[in-house]
Amino acid sequence: MAEAVLKIFRGTSEGGATAEYRVPVAPGMVVLDALHHVQKHAAPDLAVRWNCKAGKCGSCSAEVNGRPRLTCKTRMDSLPQDQAITILPMKSFPVIKDLVTDVSWNYKVNKKIPPFTPRPGADWKFSQADIDRVQEFRKCIECFLCQNVCHVVRDHGKQEQFGGPRFFVRVAGLEMHPLDGLSRTKLLKDELGIGFCNITKCCTEVCPEGIHITDNAIIPLKERVVDDFYDPVLRLVRKIRGAGKAADH
Amino acid sequence: MNGKYETHEHDVLIIGAGGAGLRAAIEALTQGARVAVVCKSLLGKAHTVMAEGGIAAAMANVDQADNWRVHFRDTMRGGKLLNNWRMAQIHAQEASDRVRELEQWGALFDRTEDGRILQRAFGGHTFKRLCHVGDRTGLEMIRTLQDRGVQMGFDVYMECAVTRLLKDGERIAGAFAYWRENGRFVVFKAKSVVLATGGIGKAWPITSNSWEYTGDGMALAYEAGADLMDMEFVQFHPTGMVWPPGVQGILVTEAVRGEGGTLRNRSGERFMERYDPRKMELSTRDVVARAIYTEVKEGRGTEHGGAFLDISHKPPEYVKRKLPSMYHQFLELADVDITKGPMEVGPTCHYMMGGVKVEAETAAASVAGLFAAGEAAAGLHGSNRLGGNSLSDLLVFGRIAGLAATEHAKKTAMPTIDAGQVEAAEREMLAPFERKGGESPYTVHADLQDTMQKLVGIFRTEDDLRSAMTQIAKLKERSQRLAVSGSRMFNPGWHLSRDLQAMLTVSEAVTRSALARRESRGAHSRIDYPNLDAAWGKQHNLIANRSGNMELRQTPVIDMPEELKLLVAEEKGAA
Ligand code: SF4
Ligand code: SF4
Ligand code: FES
Repeated sequence: MAEAVLKIFRGTSEGGATAEYRVPVAPGMVVLDALHHVQKHAAPDLAVRWNCKAGKCGSCSAEVNGRPRLTCKTRMDSLPQDQAITILPMKSFPVIKDLVTDVSWNYKVNKKIPPFTPRPGADWKFSQADIDRVQEFRKCIECFLCQNVCHVVRDHGKQEQFGGPRFFVRVAGLEMHPLDGLSRTKLLKDELGIGFCNITKCCTEVCPEGIHITDNAIIPLKERVVDDFYDPVLRLVRKIRGAGKAADH
Repeated sequence: MNGKYETHEHDVLIIGAGGAGLRAAIEALTQGARVAVVCKSLLGKAHTVMAEGGIAAAMANVDQADNWRVHFRDTMRGGKLLNNWRMAQIHAQEASDRVRELEQWGALFDRTEDGRILQRAFGGHTFKRLCHVGDRTGLEMIRTLQDRGVQMGFDVYMECAVTRLLKDGERIAGAFAYWRENGRFVVFKAKSVVLATGGIGKAWPITSNSWEYTGDGMALAYEAGADLMDMEFVQFHPTGMVWPPGVQGILVTEAVRGEGGTLRNRSGERFMERYDPRKMELSTRDVVARAIYTEVKEGRGTEHGGAFLDISHKPPEYVKRKLPSMYHQFLELADVDITKGPMEVGPTCHYMMGGVKVEAETAAASVAGLFAAGEAAAGLHGSNRLGGNSLSDLLVFGRIAGLAATEHAKKTAMPTIDAGQVEAAEREMLAPFERKGGESPYTVHADLQDTMQKLVGIFRTEDDLRSAMTQIAKLKERSQRLAVSGSRMFNPGWHLSRDLQAMLTVSEAVTRSALARRESRGAHSRIDYPNLDAAWGKQHNLIANRSGNMELRQTPVIDMPEELKLLVAEEKGAA
């Protein structure tokens, strides 16, 4: 059986280095299988998060050969066979241990977002066509890979002023829900810092769910922010027509 | 114990953050309780996210003839009448309200032409009944509940693992746990504890279940003196992936068959005609799993030991729309395009019908202050669960548990916890670090899985079950000599050393109960007793801890009122 060499980060917030492990490769094996093999045979204390092993829970994110991926969906045979496979924790989040990072920032951002607020008198009838785009946003498995690659977080460390693509997706899901009656544009502008995003689309590229984060969520939300804050005429028109949302400012 | 341990006090402590735990938390918060949720993983990662097919509720949006009575009858028949009838009734009556509530909290189900929640067909359900979102219904459910709970303000202790329930005399007093991040111990004081810890699939190697599914709640309840019931009924889902090896066991949703997928053996025969000509692929899971197993065993299986499941006769766009995650799962993990050709599937350990014995109206276990809901509890599904009845179970009984736990907390004073229990719990956790040269928990776990797969699988015999008992006894001894390396920081080996104790307890309970039940019913198939036995149809097996020894006894099935008996017997509109 073929053998692969893994270089896995071992360490904590205080530092660490990659360690090498050899793993036999079986057909169809994914990187997470290889990590489990290491746990079973060489390093029982290797810290790895995972739950579903089927790309549905978003727990197993890491950087494989420099690319942020779900390790449970990264086939060993999709990686170059002739060199070691490097597996590092997501760079934008503080390391706890080995491949496990502190993703609590994401949970803090999430708390800032006002919940779905149905318009009074909603009759709970709407067509599939009305929700197709919202259902796309709701596919998010919270792997935080998009948060990890976004340069506003990764290179500029703007966690305090910025919500990140995952939460633009979440807000888009609420804003475009056919029965939601709240506006979150002020939140987007002031607290989630949507203005920091300069549409590089790095987030979209890594999303394992194939959500068109930039085109379908961020850009329409940016337009809403512009409409509400920089185009008073349009805002007034929407208010009069009552078709828009009751603004929360 | 003053000051030595981090301590938190709550009215209601909920262990587990899947559908049942979150629904219980929301209810307890609504009733004004101070609520904490403790979970082994991050919030939003619980096994519920993997549920694919849908939530069963007789909303009659698609088939207007549907109503709670038919749902009740289907559930009872699917469970071969071993269900707690009252749970089945409450479940069928309340499921629709629970689904509507989810929608009002922001869940977006697929729609009918006239704009209502779309429902699909599923095995054992007479009518199109499963409310769904493509094949990711569980994700929609967990995200909706999670967001609701966060907004309502529950305290969530993530990546925190409960290792013992604590008691004050005969009643529940809280739980002892440790933070996975740093290995520090923590004590939760609570008036009520709700177990919402899910199932036990990790005791088998081929399973659709996540690492969390180690029977914790059942083992905690057992250790605390509560009764377990129906532990012999383990559901093997008929369709798990079989190839390549790394993906073995990963679930292939029943929605594939619900949407019209057919099952064939290697010679192309639609073999379900021989096992259930009326319901065919949409027969109940126990029947389909045994059919596939038998085809393979008798030499009619596929190259990798499974059956062919084919949906490629449907238009590719339809398949991608209704089964998107199946499409991607097979394309990415198995190099199979399911819009063009068949999948290879075989049985995978999926669901535990048995669990903590509870009261139908309150989800109360047999220890004061202890409640259980969802897969951790027994009763609703009898000897076999219908697909789609799990998500509805989580919502209906999660809510009931949250309500009853709050009521209990309101009329109870905060318990006291003696230092002795806490110190014993701590010693137990630290012991594997102190042993030198002991065995790795991974090895013992692998051996347990091997035993359960070979000897306590889909088809069982007296001999196999007896040798399983011998094996489990040896594994229990070995589990007393485990050693772990590394530090207490996020240490999966250490964690497994604890989960393994729970798996051994539930494995023994399953095997003992399976030995006792000398008949075949639902998911429990005895080759040596292949038929239903009327006397066993009136008995449940109960498991209890009697000063450290596992005791098995029987309790009668609760008798149904006459009108419901007539309803169950009725043929009209039956599947
Ligand atoms: S498109 Fe915006 S949110 Fe996405 S990675 Fe680029 S800057 Fe970040
Ligand atoms: S939007 Fe995509 S990349 Fe971002 S967290 Fe969700 S699933 Fe992951
Ligand atoms: S383990 Fe769930 S997405 Fe990888």
